Amino acid sequence: MPYAVDRRRFVGYVIGGATLVAAADLVLADPPPANAEIPTLPQPAELYDLNDMLTDAARPTANLITVTINEDGTASFELPRAEVGQGITTSTAMLIAEELDLPVDRVRVTLAPARPELLFNQLTGGSNTTISTYTPIRVAAAVARVTLLDAAAIVLGDTVAGLVAKGGVITARNGSSVTYGELAVKAAGSAGSRAVEVELKTEAEFSVIGTPTNRIDALAAVTGQKDYTTDVAVPDALPTMVCRAPTLNGTPVSVRNQAQVEAMPGVTHVAQVSTGVAVRAATFGQCIDAVRALDVAWKAGPVAGESDATILRKVRSAQLPMPKLPDTPLAQTVSGDFTFWFRSNSAMDTNSAIADVRPDGATIWSGLKSPIVAQQQIALKLGMSPDKVKVNVVTAGGSFGRRLFFDAALEAAEISQKMGAPVKLMWHRADDARVGRTHPLGTCRVQATVSGTNVLAFNQSLTCVETDFRHGLGEIITAAAADLPGGVGNLGFAETIFALTQEVPYDFGAVTQTLVETDDRFNTGSMRNIYSPDVRVASELVVDKLAAKMRMDPYQFRRKFQRNERLLTVLDTVAQAGEWGRSMPTGTAQGIAIHKEYKGVSACLVEIDTRPATTGRQIRDAVTGPRVTRVTFAIDVGLAINPRGLEAQMQGGINDGIALALTSSLHLRDGHFLEASWDNYFYTRQWNTPPDVRVIVVPSEEKVPGGAGEAGVAATFAAVACAYARATGTMPTQFPINHDQLSFEPKSFVPPVPESPTNGLDLIS
Amino acid sequence: MPEQTFIVNGERVTVDVEDDVRLLWVLRDLLGITGPKYGCGINVCKACTSHINGKAFNPCAVPVGSIGSEDEVTTIEGLPGEVTEQQRGANGLHPMQEAWLERDVVQCGYCQPGQIMAAVALVNRVKAEGRQVTSADLDTIRNICRCGTYTRIREAITDGASRM
Repeated sequence: MPYAVDRRRFVGYVIGGATLVAAADLVLADPPPANAEIPTLPQPAELYDLNDMLTDAARPTANLITVTINEDGTASFELPRAEVGQGITTSTAMLIAEELDLPVDRVRVTLAPARPELLFNQLTGGSNTTISTYTPIRVAAAVARVTLLDAAAIVLGDTVAGLVAKGGVITARNGSSVTYGELAVKAAGSAGSRAVEVELKTEAEFSVIGTPTNRIDALAAVTGQKDYTTDVAVPDALPTMVCRAPTLNGTPVSVRNQAQVEAMPGVTHVAQVSTGVAVRAATFGQCIDAVRALDVAWKAGPVAGESDATILRKVRSAQLPMPKLPDTPLAQTVSGDFTFWFRSNSAMDTNSAIADVRPDGATIWSGLKSPIVAQQQIALKLGMSPDKVKVNVVTAGGSFGRRLFFDAALEAAEISQKMGAPVKLMWHRADDARVGRTHPLGTCRVQATVSGTNVLAFNQSLTCVETDFRHGLGEIITAAAADLPGGVGNLGFAETIFALTQEVPYDFGAVTQTLVETDDRFNTGSMRNIYSPDVRVASELVVDKLAAKMRMDPYQFRRKFQRNERLLTVLDTVAQAGEWGRSMPTGTAQGIAIHKEYKGVSACLVEIDTRPATTGRQIRDAVTGPRVTRVTFAIDVGLAINPRGLEAQMQGGINDGIALALTSSLHLRDGHFLEASWDNYFYTRQWNTPPDVRVIVVPSEEKVPGGAGEAGVAATFAAVACAYARATGTMPTQFPINHDQLSFEPKSFVPPVPESPTNGLDLIS
Repeated sequence: MPEQTFIVNGERVTVDVEDDVRLLWVLRDLLGITGPKYGCGINVCKACTSHINGKAFNPCAVPVGSIGSEDEVTTIEGLPGEVTEQQRGANGLHPMQEAWLERDVVQCGYCQPGQIMAAVALVNRVKAEGRQVTSADLDTIRNICRCGTYTRIREAITDGASRM
């Protein structure tokens, strides 16, 4: 069994190989320290949060990750996680470089295919990657270093104590030296494995960890060499697309013109599958033409006839009464009731997958955050045993929660089996927006009781369309548990995630937060930061109301009711750096908010401009509206492995928060979502993004890393909402604020994808 | 099938494909030039932005048959070729790509080839007008980035413009 000798000394392994292969148990971690002090009335997430659950879930498994030293002097590592833009291949290379004393650019990090033996431990989610892999990756690298030093001592005729390792070269006292590459074979283990005890570097010895470092995949990205799923060349895997039903999740009944479409230029196959009618052709352009030409009889989907308004009514009718507030004389109630519309977590790289299904086995390539359960579910679909299905994880062009699911991989496998040919499936943007995963519509109600200058109680109740967690913890056992009939399994999962992530980070007396989920007919999923953005917006808007009730400045109010030193620090940091309270013209205002999650804390101060000259800007096919002009964001993430990557994640989260507050939502009408393009779904664009953004990575007392990928969203969303309320004098009650205004002409539903334009040469610039 | 002939990244190519297939698919699916990305197929997201005769355009919206045999198409792969060897930076790349690397702009990277190609065309246009890139110019860029890398894109364009 893996174990930690103490906080810095661990046991890893050298395992047999052609060159040196050093290993550590992926679930290796020191036990969380017992809480010395139990805070007053702690909420579950304060004592044991989602990241503790994700880390603990893997403890019973014993599974190895390996760092290999190659003869060219590089080190290579297969990361059992998905790189989707969050920068974990870079931070992982940094961890290895640190312990190995090797330059970062000599560390090759690739993504591991599905490894079923890893059970719960190949899920990329909950901003947990660095938290859970920080120690095991360093142990494996440290084992490699110790083993290289042992081999070098023999080669150089010195003792290990006399050697210095630097930059991939080991030098003896007499000046002779040997490279890692030259030692790679000599240091290789014989058959079997042997245990090696290592001592990790102390924080004081770090020279890579904590140093701002550029991404290891940047050169490939800026030269067009970085490959995403649709760029991967698999022999005979021709472009494939699916013609989908006019109502959400409608299903095909029959194809009326199959022979005609099969005869179209480039088309090789037309096949009816469970989700629609698939076409395979020489080019995606010809797939689009074929999809548009298909004449299909459809069975309406489960939300046929429904709209935003009818779904909201159902959610409202599922709301439970708010918990009773303390019955105190002179107490006053402050409340809020907010609606959050459906939002899309569609990434730039649409759902895509390559599938080569043969009678005796299948190979899949896709951007997958839960590849083990994908492998298991694809095997079920194909009627094969899981070991016959090889699932490769490809770098993805964004996720935002989308790639926790494997919709395209499952669909591609079915299509390839049906056609008897390899396929490169790509969802059209219209499919990705309309049929892809959404952040559920919901309401969030808040009631607080105030007596004088105290808050006696704070109740918050989120009621929403179900969030699909049927990917489980990345393997089929928990996925099946989440798929129990009647939504019971998924609801239990949802309640667990909610309880393990949500907090009201203030001293507000009796705090209650509840979740009710209803309606499982939509394609939903965990959109970046799951429940927190909506919960925090509702909470912080009511906090501003409470401050107003007590005639207190919003910043000073937040200070007064704050119990967490780290939160106080980030709050003070943004207030000072962002010049809280500075004089601003009418129609502009500041807003401030805080958030605590993923072992870190953050604060955001924004300035917004709601004056007519700004909101009235005319840009073709765009939503302009109020503009966030300045953002000051501070985060204490714990130990920041790569401050430059962390800053990038916060900058991205800031743009997400702005979109959620001001512009981006899906509109459900007559059983389908209207949005089919990036000029329909108004994610933040250059004309919306703040010209002035400052992210401050606050030095942390914490010795271990927290999560970064989702940490920027909630505080920003809340700060923008608070700023908008102060600038306009009206607290918004729905998000995004512009949802009632449909700002585009919807594209057709039959055919389901728009025609490819021909006027590109008239628009050169 | 008709033969389509044009110049891409400095090389003359000939492809057998129908006139109405949009250039993006000819580049990606038939020629294996995958730098220009698909993000919408209707000239909205701008992920496929490339250059034709030095100006920005979107091959998803151009039938290959409308490209002339002397038209020069440049994708991200050929961008360094738009400047002289002396103008290229430490990595042998176009100054805008070098600025992108220095600012560590990329997150997932999917939209970035299109962002860089659009940025180069914007700077060329503004320079031809004899002026500097302004914040208002940056606001006109339609290329979408779902990772929200806009802050660093703005910094990199300003930096790249000063190197061009």
